[in-house]
Amino acid sequence: MTRWAPRRGKPHTGVDWFLTFMRVAALTVIGLGLLAFIAQEINTDNPFAQWANPDATGLTGAQFQGLIISGVTQGAMYGLIALGYSMVYGVLGFINFAHGEVFMVGAMTGMITSNKLADAGLWESNFVGSLVFIMVVSILVCSLTAVIMERVAYRPLRGSPRLIPLITSIGVSFFLQNASVVLLGPAAKAYPDVPDWIRTKHTFLDIEGAKILVILVAAVSMICLYYFVERTKSGKAMRAVAEDAEIAALMGIDVNRTIVKVFALGGAMAGMAGILWGILFRSVIHTTGFLPGIKAFSAAVVGGIGHLGGAMAGGLSIGVAESVGPLVILEPLGVSGVSQLRDAVAFAVLIGVLLLRPSGLFGERLPAEDRT
Amino acid sequence: MNTGQPDPAAPSGPGERGAATPLLEMRSVNAHYGAVHALVDVNLSIYQGELVCLLGGNASGKSTTLKTLLGMLKPTSGEVVLDGEVVNDKPTSYRVARGVTMVPENRRLFKRLTVRENLDLGAYLRTDSDQIAADMEQIFELFPRVKERLNQKSGTLSGGEQQMVAIGRALMANPRVLLMDEPSMGLAPALVQQNFELIQQIHQAGLTVFMVEQNANMALSIADRGWVLQTGRVVLDDTAENLLAHPDLQASYLGTAEQ
Repeated sequence: MTRWAPRRGKPHTGVDWFLTFMRVAALTVIGLGLLAFIAQEINTDNPFAQWANPDATGLTGAQFQGLIISGVTQGAMYGLIALGYSMVYGVLGFINFAHGEVFMVGAMTGMITSNKLADAGLWESNFVGSLVFIMVVSILVCSLTAVIMERVAYRPLRGSPRLIPLITSIGVSFFLQNASVVLLGPAAKAYPDVPDWIRTKHTFLDIEGAKILVILVAAVSMICLYYFVERTKSGKAMRAVAEDAEIAALMGIDVNRTIVKVFALGGAMAGMAGILWGILFRSVIHTTGFLPGIKAFSAAVVGGIGHLGGAMAGGLSIGVAESVGPLVILEPLGVSGVSQLRDAVAFAVLIGVLLLRPSGLFGERLPAEDRT
Repeated sequence: MNTGQPDPAAPSGPGERGAATPLLEMRSVNAHYGAVHALVDVNLSIYQGELVCLLGGNASGKSTTLKTLLGMLKPTSGEVVLDGEVVNDKPTSYRVARGVTMVPENRRLFKRLTVRENLDLGAYLRTDSDQIAADMEQIFELFPRVKERLNQKSGTLSGGEQQMVAIGRALMANPRVLLMDEPSMGLAPALVQQNFELIQQIHQAGLTVFMVEQNANMALSIADRGWVLQTGRVVLDDTAENLLAHPDLQASYLGTAEQ
């Protein structure tokens, strides 16, 4: 349930009116942009299409499809990372800002392992096998990083106010970034060349192999994770701890071990995303984790933090929005330099969701006493 | 769930205890929350097949007693003894695996999980899947309503149904002694009555029950024996009839309630 306007019967504060104004303004911009876009698509000469942007050209079907596909690809990776934010929040109630850096560690691990494999000649001769191998290594390294992070940085702070582990996680994030600089140097590093079928477009829907790979792997990972959390005993224990750790302990569940498992799983998903990122962009630097990390966090909030399906949906929404939004909504409104505004659009989605549905797309509103 | 009849040889009243080992026992236990001395030399013993209650007003140490029995709070001195074994240093899971289970105050179901998942979690430490399935069937016999709601999120159930699931979840651990924290708390009067009938029912099915209650008359009407706790001390320890007739019972209550 969303309150569009200040609640009746309660005094309206300035903040309420401001929020209402912002909601209306956001919806108006989106509405006008969409209308102008549709008008352009019908006929670029019609006056409404040229109302704000006289150079309106519209998009061809292929262009539009390309935008959607890259949005989904990007979004699938955000979604994978977002799962880690969401799961840790669900269980411990704080945002682990170092999670983006775990993703970076995954991409770095993949870079190192794949270059070693390339040196040995295996990368070219058996690409699929090598890919599976670097995925496994990256998952292990990232899970281990996340588990050590929990053990060293967060467990000693269990029971302290939630702001404290949050600030600590920012510290951990700096630590991991700088550790990467110290160990691997500050320059961007490249993945080895990938085979042609990864790089070129396929006849099937006209998509690059890398994007198909990303979408498939992300979907499979998500399904496995969902199965694990919903169907296995450990998954049930995780959900129980997320809801009420004290009672979960009363059932005989080892709460600490369950929390470790949550970190390991979140790390594994980030490791997987790191490899996919590496295969898609083939370049990695110590700050690689920052922006995708923040966007994945936004995705987790957009989907409703603590909700796994929501994290994936939030990731896809943000990915598609930042890919499509600039050209579909901003360009028709005559905003210049729209291709630079991807990040702005991604975070505008976050702000928009917080304005219109603060609990996120799938989030449930819990009574205050359930979350202290 | 132990559904056999109570062992006829098992003692049921304080007079007949004889040399039998108590199932669960506290031997001069002291417990502190920081500087607060929450339990002072508390002695309790619960025997196989009994229905006993611990009475007391707010802040008298009732919940602390339960936490100490379950290992969520370590006693500063004294011993918690489970079936002859000192378990002071054992974690909650160890005690749950050896038959101590609690139905928490206000039910505390996992509201976002289904009824079935709640029951499954009750049996978390068990591996005997055939027996688990059989126990679940017995819970359905006891509470047919639970079976109807099996795939529903437990948060959508009514208060009375939630109470049944909470008891069912505890029974799924196959307990030897069931601890009940304030079974009358937060329920409508009709449901309180129903709840006490449930407790009697599972007790008659052979389960040892230790209940912690504020509602003394209600608890003593079904219990065999009871203790009255006042600011962390056991001030009365007697059979239910004697406690009900005791002139100090109401007074000791009002005394703590005023604080």
